[in-house]
Amino acid sequence: MYAFDFHRPSTLRQANSLVGKVADNKLLAGGQTLLPTMKQRLASPAAVIDLSGVPELVGIEQKGRNLVIGAMTTHAEVANSALLKGALPGLAALAGGIGDPHVRNRGTIGGSIANNDPAADYPGGLLALGATVVTNQRKISAADFFTGMFSTALDEGEIITKVVVPAGAKFAYAKFRNPASRYAMVGVAVAKKGAKVVVAVTGAGSDGVFRWADAEAALTKRFNAKALDGVKTPAAKGLNSDIHASAEYRSHLIGVMTKRAVTTASGK
Amino acid sequence: MAGTGIGARVERKEDFRFITGKGNYTDDINREGQTHAYFLRSPHAHAVIKSVDTKKASGMPGVVGILTGADIEKDKVGGLICGWMINNKDGSPMRAGAHPALAQGKVRYVGDHVAVVIAETLAEAKDAAEAIKVTYAPLPAVVDLASATKKGITTIHDVAPDNQVYDWHLGDKAATDAAFKKAKHVTKIDLVNNRLIPNAMEPRAAVGDYNSGEDAFTLYTTSQNPHVARLVLSAFIGIAPEHKLRVIAPDVGGGFGSKIFIYAEETVCVWAAKKVGRPVKWVADRTEAFLSDAHGRDHLTHAEMAMDENGKITAMRVKTRANLGAYLSTFSSSVPTYLYAPLLSGQYNIPAIYAEVEAVYTNTAPVDAYRGAGRPEATFVVERIVEVAARELGLDPATFRRKNFIKSFPHQTPVIMCYDVGDYDASLKKAMEVHDVKGFAKRKRDSAKAGKLRGLGYSAYIEACGIAPSAAVGSLGAGVGLWESAEVRVNPVGTVEVLTGSHSHGQGHETTFAQLVAGRLGIPIENVSIVHGDTDKVQMGMGTYGSRSGAVGMSAIVKALDKVEAKAKKVASFVLEASEKDIDFKDGKFSVKGTDKSVDFASVALQAYVAHKFTGAELEPGLKEGAFYDPTNFTFPSGVHIAEVEIDPDTGVTTVAKWTAVDDFGVIINPMIVEGQVHGGIAQGIGQALLEGAVYNDNGQLLTASYMDYAMPRADDLPSFRVDHTTTPCPSNPLGIKGCGEAGAIASPAAMINAITDALGHENIAMPATPQAVWKAAQASFAKAAE
Repeated sequence: MYAFDFHRPSTLRQANSLVGKVADNKLLAGGQTLLPTMKQRLASPAAVIDLSGVPELVGIEQKGRNLVIGAMTTHAEVANSALLKGALPGLAALAGGIGDPHVRNRGTIGGSIANNDPAADYPGGLLALGATVVTNQRKISAADFFTGMFSTALDEGEIITKVVVPAGAKFAYAKFRNPASRYAMVGVAVAKKGAKVVVAVTGAGSDGVFRWADAEAALTKRFNAKALDGVKTPAAKGLNSDIHASAEYRSHLIGVMTKRAVTTASGK
Repeated sequence: MAGTGIGARVERKEDFRFITGKGNYTDDINREGQTHAYFLRSPHAHAVIKSVDTKKASGMPGVVGILTGADIEKDKVGGLICGWMINNKDGSPMRAGAHPALAQGKVRYVGDHVAVVIAETLAEAKDAAEAIKVTYAPLPAVVDLASATKKGITTIHDVAPDNQVYDWHLGDKAATDAAFKKAKHVTKIDLVNNRLIPNAMEPRAAVGDYNSGEDAFTLYTTSQNPHVARLVLSAFIGIAPEHKLRVIAPDVGGGFGSKIFIYAEETVCVWAAKKVGRPVKWVADRTEAFLSDAHGRDHLTHAEMAMDENGKITAMRVKTRANLGAYLSTFSSSVPTYLYAPLLSGQYNIPAIYAEVEAVYTNTAPVDAYRGAGRPEATFVVERIVEVAARELGLDPATFRRKNFIKSFPHQTPVIMCYDVGDYDASLKKAMEVHDVKGFAKRKRDSAKAGKLRGLGYSAYIEACGIAPSAAVGSLGAGVGLWESAEVRVNPVGTVEVLTGSHSHGQGHETTFAQLVAGRLGIPIENVSIVHGDTDKVQMGMGTYGSRSGAVGMSAIVKALDKVEAKAKKVASFVLEASEKDIDFKDGKFSVKGTDKSVDFASVALQAYVAHKFTGAELEPGLKEGAFYDPTNFTFPSGVHIAEVEIDPDTGVTTVAKWTAVDDFGVIINPMIVEGQVHGGIAQGIGQALLEGAVYNDNGQLLTASYMDYAMPRADDLPSFRVDHTTTPCPSNPLGIKGCGEAGAIASPAAMINAITDALGHENIAMPATPQAVWKAAQASFAKAAE
């Protein structure tokens, strides 16, 4: 780790001001990726602005038909939220499956989606659920937010403040873990709201989270795992390949995990 | 058993300090004026060092000194050694390339040591290391084991132009060939024993300290054998004579073999302490551990087994190629030879065996002993080929094993070993009962109903432990003797300190050794303390590895206790005014035969030191005795492990559904600790079979250099183990102990793969059997079934 300046604002207003003012800064929103990267000297921001002292960024509430999750809400808080367990249990379960207890107690939803690790869980969940990312400047739909591997629609100085998730979907996330890191090697989020079905795949795509249109079409006709029999899984081209899983294996697992997510989502 | 003696489940005395953060590890040691070392490591697997420019770095803030291979050469610091000479088939010696502690002219693996920066803080040392300019001329990297010696390949060490370290053999080739000619059936297999990275919880560390007033060095280091470290650093590397070099291995958090060896880092720290005139500390980070700890296993093997018309094994031949990495680590040469081939008879009566081992250099980290060291590799060969042979013959694998078991002892195998005692039928029978093998067919049907494949696999292993009779290992090329020493110091108040040359780095010696002493002397276990890990305190020692601390280390304590008891009886005879031959000692009391006169141990201890009851002419005061114990044979722990797996063919995920271990460790001192050793060993073996594997790319970059990519077994990868025992006491040592530390890691990989191949219905799967590999293999199973 190289030396850096450390700022810890206590209001969003202070945070906004620091982000604009402090040169070469990085926002610290749990630090589950940033800190290890800095320790390995692979990242060397001149300043770190820690958002953990901003209370208005934390919390989970229902507003009308939406569930609103503060950006600095930890995975553990999402996983254990009575509100979410009732209204959207699949999302609580997704958060409960991120990393290990240490990671879940430090890592936050805002930090995770801002990083947009291609093997992270939230991008799949939020894309499937049609969530909206709210920042200090604007609202961005999940479909527009995740723009590629480790990249998002966020501009310089933009701070995620909350994530708005529509309630009322049948939703589940099924993850196949990398045997070493336990990140998603393939993670499939399936959401059905009314007639509309969205299938979002994380972990597998070489450019981050993506939707699987053929599965969505089949599941829209019939929301049952069997509906996917015979549906060709996404082409290996465009999928990640590494020492743990070839693109072909990932493609196969997308099919298996989608079926499992559908079964869970339909409560069978 | 109640109480605290041999056989009691005494809770570990050392755990209080470990779980309350009061342990004293090398990184906890901080010396006055201490500096921090950071090693600049090679980013290339193979390259000529054209130049090392430290000028700019030397002027950086906090830098105390920068040392390179040129300084090592100037100071005539000796190279790291390999302490076991292996001869080629033609009798010529193995080809050992020079192994300087800091690279001279060439780097040979990613992580090789190019320079050390010593600075006031670690961050400053790292900053300066970034400013060192090294010009490399990269050479082609030799990474692939199979092709490492092919014609025209790049030479890694000039002494070994074709990268071959040695070409060794054991056994009777002619007799083996003759048996194969007469064979009714021959089974052939090709095996990969995957390369592993040890991953002790505590990474390696060292603090070197030099006292100019006394011209003496102290090295604090993470060692399994501090006296051996002192010997090597003194006699071979030339840091200082032994009486001027103290090596302290304080609390050490796991070793698994990787802390036996004498590495570059501790050598440099202790040497540099004098150069810079200040203590020098180095602590590996996890990536350094992945890159530079000696790795384990890494064999390619072709094996053949011959059988007669009755299904009796008549011969076996084995051809193995072993990767020793870029340099020969301390005991690396012995692992694929004398720790491997002599175990190829397994538990079976095999009249003829012939084994050939070719060891090679590659541009990868050095490979040396890792939990089991040679014996897991041998067991994997034997237990895989036996299983495959049974399947080919259409025999039940248990029946086939039983038919070929050695049944009378002692048994001389064709590959050096003379097994002293055992009852292989008994452990197989008990394991099958405990496991409910009878119920397997139903469980398999139930799995099939749920769309899962279920399989069951045996591993009837044997290992050779307690290494070993010094004369025997000397005749096989070892550079050291493998005895152990102990000193029992009785204090005037009757408490006891035991100084042992064994070293505990997780094994629980402070408990088990105290159990022995407390039981023998009839004193409370709290009154016994075990001292180890300091060459200034402990008289001598060979350390802990090869499951030797019980069989060899405790035997030395027994010998010392025998002397203490004999001396104490003499003292008691004066106290009780009786003839020495009439003194009995039992339950902590000395008594006179046929009388009610007695005196307790503590009172005798006091009398030994106050010396009021005898004159100096009659008896020497004091009660302190030492002993060296040299084993008369290896010990031969054996047993049967049964693995049962369930495979999800949709994903390839293998679940270990059930595991039974029935081991014969001889006499057990503390069943709780032994079970813990078995659990840990099985976990490591399952790790090897399902998860772990070091992967280098074609350029020699280690792809599995962190936990992101190197898969360690986690608790939820493992079932609840059923651990049981049979007992045939070891006849060659006074306590009847065989050793238990490595058994789990030795037995389990073969059991796992036998279970997986049973489930798959074919043999085509290598370790680690990752979900991807098993999924592919399962596709082949279905294709086969559809034919």
